[in-house]
Amino acid sequence: MSAVQEFFRRDRVFDFMVPKVVEGLDLTHGTVLYMEDVSVAFDGFKAINNLNFYVNAGELRCLIGPNGAGKTTMMDIITGKTRPDTGACWFGSRMNLLQMSEAEIAQAGIGRKFQKPTVFEHHSLCENLELSMAGPKGVWRTLRARLANAERARIEEVLELIGLVDEAQQRAGTLSHGQKQWLEIGMLLMQNPLLLLVDEPAAGMTHQEMERTVELLTSLAGEHSVVVVEHDMEFVRALNSRVTVLHQGSVLAEGSMDQVQSDPKVVEVYLGE
Amino acid sequence: MSLMQILKGDRGGQLFLLVLLLAVIAVPLLNALPAGHPAYVSTYTVTLLGKYLTYALLAVAVDLVWGYLGILSLGHAAFFALGGYAMGMYLMRQIGDRGVYGNPHLPDFMVFLNWQELPWFWYGFDHFWFAALMVLLAPGLLAFVFGWLAFRSRVTGVYLSIITQALTYALMLAFFRNEMGFGGNNGLTDFKDILGFSLQSDATRIGLFIASGVALGAGYLACRALVQSRLGRVAVAIRDSEDRTRFVGYRVENVKLAIFTFSAMLAGLAGALYVPQVGIINPGEFAPLNSIEVVIWVAMGGRATLYGAVLGAIAVNYGKSWFTAALPEVWLFALGGLFVLVTLLLPRGIAGLFHRKGEAT
Amino acid sequence: MLRIIVTTLLLCLSTPLTAAEIETGDKMLDTAFAQLLDRDFDVKAAGVEMLAGSGHPQAGELLRGLLEGELRYLNQPARLVWMRERSGGKFAVDVLDGTDHGEFSARKFKKLPINNAMRAQIRSLLAQLELSDPNPAVRLKSVNAMLENPEPEHAALIRSLLQKEQESAVREAMHVVLALAGLTATEPERRRRAIADLSDSLEPAVRNGLTRLVNNDPDAQVRADAASALRKIEKRVVLFGHLETLFFGLSAGSVLVLAAIGLAITFGVMGVINMAHGELIMLGAYTTYLMQQLMPGMIGLSILLSIPAAFLVSAGVGVAIERGVIRFLYGRPLETLLATFGISLILQQLVRTLISPQNVPVSNPDFLSGLWQINSVLSLTYNRLYIFAFCLLVFAGLFFVLKYTWLGLQVRAVSQNRAMARAMGVRSARVDALTFGLGSGIAGIAGVALSQLTNVGPNLGQAYIVDSFMVVVFGGVGNLWGTLIGGFGLGIANKVMEPWAGAVLAKILVLIFIILFIQKRPRGLFPQKGRAAEG
Repeated sequence: MSAVQEFFRRDRVFDFMVPKVVEGLDLTHGTVLYMEDVSVAFDGFKAINNLNFYVNAGELRCLIGPNGAGKTTMMDIITGKTRPDTGACWFGSRMNLLQMSEAEIAQAGIGRKFQKPTVFEHHSLCENLELSMAGPKGVWRTLRARLANAERARIEEVLELIGLVDEAQQRAGTLSHGQKQWLEIGMLLMQNPLLLLVDEPAAGMTHQEMERTVELLTSLAGEHSVVVVEHDMEFVRALNSRVTVLHQGSVLAEGSMDQVQSDPKVVEVYLGE
Repeated sequence: MSLMQILKGDRGGQLFLLVLLLAVIAVPLLNALPAGHPAYVSTYTVTLLGKYLTYALLAVAVDLVWGYLGILSLGHAAFFALGGYAMGMYLMRQIGDRGVYGNPHLPDFMVFLNWQELPWFWYGFDHFWFAALMVLLAPGLLAFVFGWLAFRSRVTGVYLSIITQALTYALMLAFFRNEMGFGGNNGLTDFKDILGFSLQSDATRIGLFIASGVALGAGYLACRALVQSRLGRVAVAIRDSEDRTRFVGYRVENVKLAIFTFSAMLAGLAGALYVPQVGIINPGEFAPLNSIEVVIWVAMGGRATLYGAVLGAIAVNYGKSWFTAALPEVWLFALGGLFVLVTLLLPRGIAGLFHRKGEAT
Repeated sequence: MLRIIVTTLLLCLSTPLTAAEIETGDKMLDTAFAQLLDRDFDVKAAGVEMLAGSGHPQAGELLRGLLEGELRYLNQPARLVWMRERSGGKFAVDVLDGTDHGEFSARKFKKLPINNAMRAQIRSLLAQLELSDPNPAVRLKSVNAMLENPEPEHAALIRSLLQKEQESAVREAMHVVLALAGLTATEPERRRRAIADLSDSLEPAVRNGLTRLVNNDPDAQVRADAASALRKIEKRVVLFGHLETLFFGLSAGSVLVLAAIGLAITFGVMGVINMAHGELIMLGAYTTYLMQQLMPGMIGLSILLSIPAAFLVSAGVGVAIERGVIRFLYGRPLETLLATFGISLILQQLVRTLISPQNVPVSNPDFLSGLWQINSVLSLTYNRLYIFAFCLLVFAGLFFVLKYTWLGLQVRAVSQNRAMARAMGVRSARVDALTFGLGSGIAGIAGVALSQLTNVGPNLGQAYIVDSFMVVVFGGVGNLWGTLIGGFGLGIANKVMEPWAGAVLAKILVLIFIILFIQKRPRGLFPQKGRAAEG
C-alpha cells in the first residue's frame, strides 16, 4: 500500500523523467570541471592512473607533460570519446559527463580543438563556422535552418578575429597548416563553449601568430574556462597561467610556471635521471 | 525553398532536368507517330527507357548516402527489391481470378503450394494506397532498424559495407524460400493490370514511363534540396570528419539514420516503378551483385554529383543492353574493366571531367 | 538322398546324358554344373551343395547369381553366362572365360529355375561361405547382414564358427547376433542374460529387438530390464548424434576457415578489401581440374601436386592484382573494394570463356572416398576428416610463416606501422606484394580442398565471399586465431541449427546473428585493443 502511495506522491519525479543533460550549468561551487580517481587502461597499459583534476570557472590552465603522459587521453575522456574504467567526471556540479554522448557534451558547452587540426575540408570557411555555430542541432531543425542576419554577422566577426576574411569562400582543405589551426579556433569560438580544450594550438604557427594566439586565449579566459595542452614552453610561459604537469597518467605537480619548473620531480621527468 | 534556390549553381542538374522534361514530353509524342516513321519510338523502347529512369532514381538514392554521407551501401538493391515486392503484391492481387488456377482468393503460387488462406502480411495489398504506402514503409523500416543498430554502435567504413552486403544476401536467401510467402524462386509475375489499366497496353506503358520520369525529377529535386540545406552540409561534414562533427555537437547517428532511411525509401519507390515495367520481381533482385552494380553506376557518373549518378546509371545500362544483345560474353569483361578503370583513372567520374574545378562539394 | 548319390555316381562314371554339358577342365565343377542344369530340384540342390563345397573362387558369385536370376544358361553351345548391364543395354558374358555372347535376350538365355527350399539353402550356404572367407572385412559384412535380417538358423551357424574366429571385431558382431537370438529364448532367465549382453550395443536391430521385448514380453522383469537397457542405449545414441553434429560442424567450419584464412591476411593484416578473393579460390579449384586433365589416371598424385600448383597460380594472380591495381588504392578501402570486385567479374568471365561456362568434373581420389565406421550410429566420411586435418595443417603452416620467418616479421612490421617499418629499411612495396601473394595463394589451396567437396564452376567463388568476410569480421580483423575459432564456431552453429531450421534458414539466422553481433562488438570476437586500433 505504501508503495502505491509512494507512487502517487505529487512531488515525486520519476527517475526516467529526470533529464540526463541538465539545462544550464551549475557553477555555484566555482568549479567547472571535476575529474576524480579516473583510470583507464588500454590492453593493460595504464594511460590514465588515478587522475584528479579540477578546473575553476573562468580559469586559464596549461597542461604539460612528456609524450605518453596521458594528455590526449584525458581530453578524450572529458569529451566522451573514451570511457574511463573507473572514476567520476563532472561538468559543473550537476552534469555527469560519463553518461553523455560526445554530441551531448559538445552541446552542453565543452569545445575541443584537436592536436592535428581537423576542419571540414570540403566546406568553405564560412560553412565551417556556420556548422559549428551554437544552437539547436537536431535533424529536423538542421534541415530547416536558415542563416539569420545576426548569425551572419557573428561569422563575419569571427572571420575577422582569426584573420581569414579574404579566404572566407575558399575550401578549408586549401588552407595552410597554421590557417587551419586558426580556423579550428574560430570554430571553437562559434560554438561559444564554457570550457575550451585546446590541444597544441601553437604547432605550425609563426612567432607572430603565436603571440596573437596567446592574446586570444588570455582574452577568452574569464568568460570561458580554457585548458591548453602545449609542448612549447615559451608559449606556456607567455600564457602566464597555472600549470599542471602530467606524468604516467596522473598529476605530478601543479602551480605557476616558475614553481613547476623548479620542482625537482618535474626536472627529473623532463631531463631524465 | 524555391526551385531556383535548389538548383542554384547546379548547372549539371539544370541541364539534366531540362533533358528529362523534354524526354517525358517528346517520347510519348514520338511513340504516337506511325510505326514506319524514322523518328518513331517503339513501345518496347519506351519501356526500356522507363526502366533506365527507375535505375537512375536508385542511383540517385545510392549517391545521396555514398557521395554525401560516406556510407558505401552494398545493400541498396534490397530496398529497391522490397519496394518492388510491395508493388508486385498489389499487382498480384489485381490478377484476381484470371490466374492459371482461377482462384479468386489466392495468387497462383499459393494455390500451387496448397495454401488454404492468404497470409496476414498480404492483407491490404488489394488497395493501391496501401501498397503505395508499403512501397515506402517496408524499405524505410528495414533501413531504419538496420541503421539504428549499425550507426548507434558506430559501425563504419568497409565494415558497414560488408554487413549491408550480408543483409541483402540474407534477404535473398530468405525470399528464395517458398515458406516466406513471396513466391519463392519464381517471385511474382504474370501481372495483368494496374489501377484498372492493362499493363500490356501502350497507353499504360507510356504512363509508367512518364511516372518514372516525374519520380526521378522529384527525387532529384528532393535530394538536391537536402544536399543544399544545412543538414546536407552536416552530412558532408560527417563524411569528411565524423569525429569533428560529433565534437561540434551534432548527433551523427541521427543524421545518418534520417538520410539513410530517406534514401532507402527513394530506392523502394524506384523498385515499385520498375516492377510493372519489367513485369516480374524475383529474389534475384536481392543479389549482392546488383547492389554493387549500382555503386559502379554512381562511381562512373561521378559521386557526390547527383546528376552524375543519373548519367552513370543510364550510360552503364545502355551499355549493358547493347552488349548483352551484341556481344553477351564480353559484357562481364566490360563491366569488370569499368570497375577497375573508373576507380583507378576516373575517381571523380564523368561529371568530374566537365568540372575540373569542382562545385560546392 | 540315396537317389542323389546314385545320380551323382552315374554322372561321374557314365558318358554324358545330355548334350548340355559344359567343359571346364575341372571334373567337380563339370559335375556341379551338370547337376544345376538338371530338371529335378533335388539334383539341383546337390549341385548347389557341391558348388559351395568346391572351394572355387567364383563359387559365392555363382550362387548369388543363381539366387538373383542373373546366372543364365545358353543351350547351343552349352554355356553358363552372366546377364550384365552395360552402357544402357543388357549383354550376356560367359561365366568361365568372360567372352561376349552378344546382346541379351530372355528367350536365348534361359533362367535356371529354383524353388523356395533351394533359395533358403543357397542363402545359408552363401552365409557360410562368406563367414569363412579369408578376408575379415567380408566376414564382418556378412555378420552385420545377419543383424539386419535375423534368421533362426544363423545362431547355430555362428556358434559353430565362433571358436575359429580370430578377428575381435567379427567376434563381437557374432556375439551380438547370438545375444539377439537369445532374446527370443523361452526361459526368461536367458532372455535377461541376453539383454545384459546387448546393453552396450548400438545396432538398430538390437534396439528393435529390445523394443519388441518392452512391448510384448510376458515377464515383467524382462520388460523392465529391456526398458532400462533401451534407455541406456538411446542415451548413447543421442550422444553420438551430438558428436556427429559436432563433426559435421567442424568440417563445415574447416571449409569456412580455409576460405577465410587467406582473407584474414589480405583484409586483416593488410587492411585490403579483396572482393576477388572468392575467384582466387575458384582458380585453385580449376587448377586442380587442369592438373587432373594433364595427368589422367593419376588422380591421387594430381591432387597432391595441385596443392603447390594452385598456390602458385593464385599467388601469381594475386601479386599481379596487387601490383596492377591495389597498390594505387592504398588508404582508399572503398575504392579497393570496387576495383577488386571488377577483377572478380573479369576472372569469372575469363574462366567461362577459356574453359567452360558449365561446371567441370573433378574426380576424387580413392583415399578420400569411403567412411570410417566407428560404430553403427557414428561414421565419419574420410573427405570430411581430411578437410578438417588439412585446414588445421594450413592454419599451422600459415601461423608458422607469420610468426617465425623473415617474411612474417616484415609483414607484421608493415601492418603495425608502415612508416616506421619503411624507416627501418623494410621494402614495404615488396612486402605488400608478397603478403598479398601469400593470402591469395592460400585461397588457391582452399580451392583445391573445395574442388573435392563441391561443384567446380565459374560461380564457385561467389558462394564463399560473403561467408568468408563474415568469418573474418566475426573473428576479429587482424587475428588469425579469431578466424579459426570464428570459422569453426559458425560452422558448428550452422549444423546445430540445420536439423530444426533447415539449411537455408540456418544460414540466414547465422547471417542475422553476425549482423547483430557486429553491432554489439564492432571489432569482432578477438579485437585488437589500444589507441592504435581506435578510430
